[in-house]
Order: sequence, then structure tokens, then C-alpha cells
Amino acid sequence: MDAVTQVEGRAIPFGRKNIDTDVIIPAKWLKTISREGLGKGAFETIRVEPDNIFDSDEFAGSPILIAGDNFGCGSSREHAAWAMLDLGIRAVIAPSFSDIFSGNAFKNGILTVVLPQEQVDRLLEVAQSQPITIDLESQSVTTPFQDRFTFEIDPFRKHCLLEGLDEVGLTLARDGAITAFEASQAQQMPWFAKGTGAAA
Amino acid sequence: MSTRPRTLYEKIWDAHVVERRDDGTCLIYIDRHLVHEVTSPQAFEALRLSGRKVRRPDLTLAVPDHNLPTTARLDGSGARIPIADPESAQQLAALERNAPEFGIRYITDTALEQGIVHVVGPEQGFSLPGATIVCGDSHTACHGGIGALAFGIGTSEVEHVLATQTLLLKQSKTMEVRVNGALPAGVTPKDLILHIIGVIGTAGGTGHVIEFRGPVFEAMSIEGRLTVCNMAIEGGARAGLVAPDETTFAYIKGRTYAPTGDAWNRALAWWKTLQTDDGATFDKSVVIDAADVQPTVTWGTSPEDVAPIGGTVPAPESFADPSKQEAVRKSLDYMGLAPGQKLSEVEVQNIFIGSCTNSRIEDLRAAAAVLKGRRKADNVKWAIVVPGSGLVKAQAEAEGLDRIFVEAGLEWREPGCSACLGMNPDKVPPGERCASTSNRNFVGRQGPGARTHLVSPAMAAAAAVTGHLTDVRELVD
Repeated sequence: MDAVTQVEGRAIPFGRKNIDTDVIIPAKWLKTISREGLGKGAFETIRVEPDNIFDSDEFAGSPILIAGDNFGCGSSREHAAWAMLDLGIRAVIAPSFSDIFSGNAFKNGILTVVLPQEQVDRLLEVAQSQPITIDLESQSVTTPFQDRFTFEIDPFRKHCLLEGLDEVGLTLARDGAITAFEASQAQQMPWFAKGTGAAA
Repeated sequence: MSTRPRTLYEKIWDAHVVERRDDGTCLIYIDRHLVHEVTSPQAFEALRLSGRKVRRPDLTLAVPDHNLPTTARLDGSGARIPIADPESAQQLAALERNAPEFGIRYITDTALEQGIVHVVGPEQGFSLPGATIVCGDSHTACHGGIGALAFGIGTSEVEHVLATQTLLLKQSKTMEVRVNGALPAGVTPKDLILHIIGVIGTAGGTGHVIEFRGPVFEAMSIEGRLTVCNMAIEGGARAGLVAPDETTFAYIKGRTYAPTGDAWNRALAWWKTLQTDDGATFDKSVVIDAADVQPTVTWGTSPEDVAPIGGTVPAPESFADPSKQEAVRKSLDYMGLAPGQKLSEVEVQNIFIGSCTNSRIEDLRAAAAVLKGRRKADNVKWAIVVPGSGLVKAQAEAEGLDRIFVEAGLEWREPGCSACLGMNPDKVPPGERCASTSNRNFVGRQGPGARTHLVSPAMAAAAAVTGHLTDVRELVD
């Protein structure tokens, strides 16, 4: 994952609630074995409209998306995050996110910024004409009109994002603890350790 | 270990903590990892690129389901019929190659055990009560029906579990959905979960794990519990749970990967402790009276857009929230419905009985009971029954259910995810309606422009007979 410190630029004032991952990337695009090139299918059912905001001269390629409540609900497909990255989106601001989507976004270096609805409404208004800045270190969203909203983020996620850390690598370094857990579980709950009996 | 009263979720969580960090994040051990072809290729590729291995191939089980056509897989001579869609074929081939390369047991597409990953797990006894179970699929919540902590993950997490057999997680909040009383005649677990999602909304369970509690769930079959937990994700909860009990133990016993002998007895002793303690508290609680639940259908493009079959399409203005009004306007436009229209008069051209929500033997029996001696309506152009696994299919055929479906004019298919999301050739044509036993009525879910009405298997069968959404209680006693 590339390190993320700041996302700055125009923000797509989308605003819609309950955007599910089938809308972010329809199933027909999931047949790939790569993470690349999914931007062409991103928000496809919305982008069939000729005057849609994603392809407008003003907002195409913007790094920030502003959405409504429960963004990314539904399917666990990480293709949603890959598709948004491919479209150029590096951060999403919304009043709430689905649990799975926010995890997938984080793993791909996309910031998911949770702000109260009234602040999101203000940003939707500002975004019509002005850029927005999200700063991860100070956990703030600012506008040229001196708006400054702060947001919460899990400290571990923040650390990983700022440093661009490989989470698998970090956990592999905890091999001793995992091995100890497995030894203890094999004693206390041997039925779990049995599995399918397959061997590497 | 603390002795304060704990919820079922907390007990399973506590039993799987490898390490607890200062900020409360825990490294959680994963007992079972199910893998299918859609969300795994990039994870295997990442392992290959970094030279990493699968830590516990024996705790991992791979099965293809999403892309497989549900038409015959072998020709008359027993040779495999090639898959027409090159992208589907490529994705399936990748799993068939990756599983043995990394030492993972792979159920091939023509095996009797093949099926939808969430049907296969419990059916094989691979999914067990009290286990932590993950899969790169949001309907992994399903396995909560046997009392497992099961949830969907993204592909990066699939990679993380393959490499480390763990996930870094923050503990979820707890939510209780208690259903008192008994479900009225003709009302099924699917109607109940649709009703529950209507009550709590699609974000109602966000950040929470839902435990379904009360006499309705205690009396419910495992198939029913799997259906309910399957759709916990549609209520925003990453996982749903029903406490394991004698019904669960009877279901698990004797299955392929279930423990035996002394291991069974020791497992059973622990499983019997897996109930929420008296005095344990939930962060959120919802109480529902089962008597209020009726055969339920969806009218919109969100699983919370539900109404009893006797109801009408709501007017956007009937919702307080202006953004929901706008969403309903868009939904009704997409669905081609008008406010005030009677739901029982909505014509359907397609019927889909299947998916990880409703493709188990009990679901097929419920549909067959309605269809027996009847015929689908002429306006129903396409009606398919897709069993959840080869074993379900064989059981249904042994009971003669396949003949009932075929005589009623429905097609009897091979197992897979099928028209739930149409990654294979099974799609609903644009602008047409489908009474579907699947789990999502999202825009374009069953194919571009397809209009989905989520229903129970019995209600899908009733719609097949009349050609419109129908209260199944009018067809059966």
C-alpha cells in the first residue's frame, strides 16, 4: 500500500445514501483475475446517464467522493475499492460506511472520512465550486472558506496509512504468538485444528 | 478470563484472541476459511508475488460457485462441457490451479459435494459451532445459523487469512433481535428476515453483530436459521448468530469434516456453553412479535423496501426522510411501479428459486409443496430451480421434488450462485420482473435493468403458479 498523508482536490458532490457495491461495480466486472482496469465499470448504472456527475467536465477524475449514509453496503467485493481507485478516487466522505467497505478501502489506501450529516451537507455545497483538503495527520477536512471539520480514525489504521505499511507483513512478524495460539487450541479444542486434513 | 456475563458473540471472540493490542484491536484466529473463484485470484497472486505460503491449507476449503453455468456440466460421453464465457472460464481455471498449488482441498465443479460455498460449509461439517469462519463473500454471515462467528471479507483480507490464519479486528458492538411468539402459518424464516430488515433498515446493524434470539429461533430448523443469518448483512451487520442447541448438534453430527469420537464429546461440551449468559447486555436491542410477520415481498431496490403481500406500493411522500423520499422515487421508477399499486397485482415474468439464502432441501420442499399438481402461469417465461449443492440436488431427486418442478414447467438446474447475481449466464432480462428467493434487490443485481422482488421459496412458487406476486396462503391450507 502507498503511504497517504493528504488528499486534495475537487470532490464529487454525489450525496446519495445506501450506495451498494453492486452500484459501485456491477457483478459482470468481477470476472477479472487482476486488480487493474476496473474504473470503466465503476458506477456503471449511474454513468449510463449522459449528464452524470462522474463524467462531467468539472468532476471527472476528482480524487474525493462525497456520499450519503451507509456507503458501500452489500457485497464484500474489494473490486469496489479497486474500481474507485482506478477512477482516481482516493478518499470518500460520508456520514457512515458499511463495515466491509471501509476495511476494503483502508487496505487500498482509500480514506473513508466519517463526518456528521450537517458537515457533509456543507461540503456538498462547497464542492460545487471549490476543492477540499483532507489531512490525515491532523484528521481534518478543510475548505477555502475556512471550514475545518475533524474526523476520527482508528489509530492503527492511521499509522498504517501514513507509513504505507503491509499488514500481512506486520502480522507475519507475530508468528510466535500465532504458533502459540495454535498449540493451545490444539490442546483445548482439537476439533478445530483437524480441518480437512489437507497438507501443504 | 473475566467472569462477567457475556454474550454468545463475546464468548466466541474471547476464545479466538491471539493478541490484544493496547488500542483494543485484536489479532483473531480464523478456524475456517472458505474460498471461491471470484474474490480469491488476486489474493493468491499476491502470495505468489511475495513468495508467501498458505499457513493452514487444512483449515481452508475451495469450491467454485459464482461463475458456473447451471446447465449440464458433462456431455453424453462424460466429458466436461467447456464454459462459453472466456472470463468466467479463466476465473474458474485460476481457482482450479491455485488450490492445489497452495495445498488447499478443492471441490471440483462436477463433484457431488460442489455447491454454493455457504451451503457447502455447513453441509460438509466444515463450518462448526463456535468457530470463526470467513470467506470473501458478504453472505458468509449465513454460517451464524449453526452458531459460528462468520463474516465476509475483502480480497486483501483473504490474502491476510491465507498467509497468517488471522485477521486484525476491532470487536463489534452487540445487537439483539428478539422475536417472541411463533410465526403464523404460511410465514417462513425468509419472511421473518425481510420483516426484520424492514424494521431495522439496511444500516441498522452496522458496526454490530446481531444475535437472533427467542422462541421463534429456538423452534426453527437449521436451514431456517441459515436463511435468517445469511441476510444479517442486508441489515448492515457483518455477522448474525443463533446460539447452537440440540437442533444444531443433530445437524452437524456425522458430517464429513465434523469431529468424531472423543473430539465430538469434547466439542459438544464446549458448544453447550455457547449461549448468551443471563445478565449479559447488548448495545442495541430490537423486539419483534412473530404474530406481526406476514408473507413479505420487496417493492424497491433496497432490502429494507419491504411490505406484506397484502400491502401496496408506498408513496415516496410517506417517508419522513427527504433523502429516502428521493431514493424511493428512483426505486419506483427503476421498478416500474406506482404508489398505491397492490403488490398482489404485480406481474412477474421470471422465477428464481435458489441462492445461498434459499436453496437448501427445506426450501425446495416448501416450493414443491406449492407447485405439486400445478403449472406455472403462461406469462412466466423463465422459471428455474437451482439447488444449493449437488447433495441437495440428489436429496431433492430422491424425494421426487425435481419431477414436481419439471411437471410444473420449471427448469431443474445444476448447483451454483446463478441468477442471484448473474455472473453466470442466468440473468433476468432488462425491464422484466423476477420473484426471487435470493438476498439482494439492488439495481442491476440480477442483470442490467432487471427488477427483483425478494420472496420466500413458497412465495416464489405461488408467483410461478399465478404469474403475479401472490399470498401463498391463498394456494395452500
